[in-house]
Amino acid sequence: MSIWEYANPKKFMATTDAVLPWVTGLAALALVTGLVWGFFFTPDDFRQGSTVKIIYLHVPAALMAINAWAMMLVASLIWLIRRHHVSALAAKAAAPVGVTMTLIALFTGAIWGQPMWGTWWAWDPRLTSFLILFLFYLGYIALWEAVDSPDTAADLTSVLCIVGSVFAFLSRYAVNFWNQGLHQGASLSMDAEENVADVFYLPLLVCIAGFVALFVALVLIRTRTEIRLRRLHAIELRERLG
Amino acid sequence: MMLDLGKYAGTVLSAYGVSLALLAVIALASWRGAVRSRARLAEAEARKAARNG
Repeated sequence: MSIWEYANPKKFMATTDAVLPWVTGLAALALVTGLVWGFFFTPDDFRQGSTVKIIYLHVPAALMAINAWAMMLVASLIWLIRRHHVSALAAKAAAPVGVTMTLIALFTGAIWGQPMWGTWWAWDPRLTSFLILFLFYLGYIALWEAVDSPDTAADLTSVLCIVGSVFAFLSRYAVNFWNQGLHQGASLSMDAEENVADVFYLPLLVCIAGFVALFVALVLIRTRTEIRLRRLHAIELRERLG
Repeated sequence: MMLDLGKYAGTVLSAYGVSLALLAVIALASWRGAVRSRARLAEAEARKAARNG
């Protein structure tokens, strides 16, 4: 059995129909567990006070904002190379979820930054590249809506996705490249000295798992919707011609 | 359960409030889109089946 079989809409619908309730349940369970654990059962940070609790939303949302774009990049490349419609529709389906994650990351970052840095916003490399990523998301969604032909829209948005990937990866590694700005380095790292303390780390991991599962569930739901709408469009077109 | 968030209560609660609201909006919009598309497609397929006898 090949992975490309899932590019068949019927196979995709049948498989995701079975998987979706499990992924949705996992997302709900992990999000509720992680957020309740982090919010109610972790101590304040000795420097940041209770604002450290924002980490359970800010870090997972920022991770998913970048990873959503990475997923869209892979799906776009599959569309450009192999012309599988499901992959183009999956990329389209992921964009509104990705822009929501980016918005949460930007908003919680600004709220967190105000008491910690003394400002809502700074033209820091990571913040700026994240803002540009947000604008790319909006442009990507607008381009899908602006082009009537679905295949042409998929081609154009795929190219936009490749260009925008520069900013998606820049927002991840901007701190390492420039080594300046207000934003600190990665909260999760292989280097134990850079990591957040264990008491915050474990609920954070659960929250990240919750955000990943939520992203997967929402993208599956939205891809299934896009497949149905495409089928509906084909039936209505035949009705008009017939 | 009451939690003392100290002087940053407004900051923390607004971060949670807005984030959870945004997550609820995208989840609700995705679910509504799925329900509507399923209904519209079922209707169109019923029309198609009726036409084809």
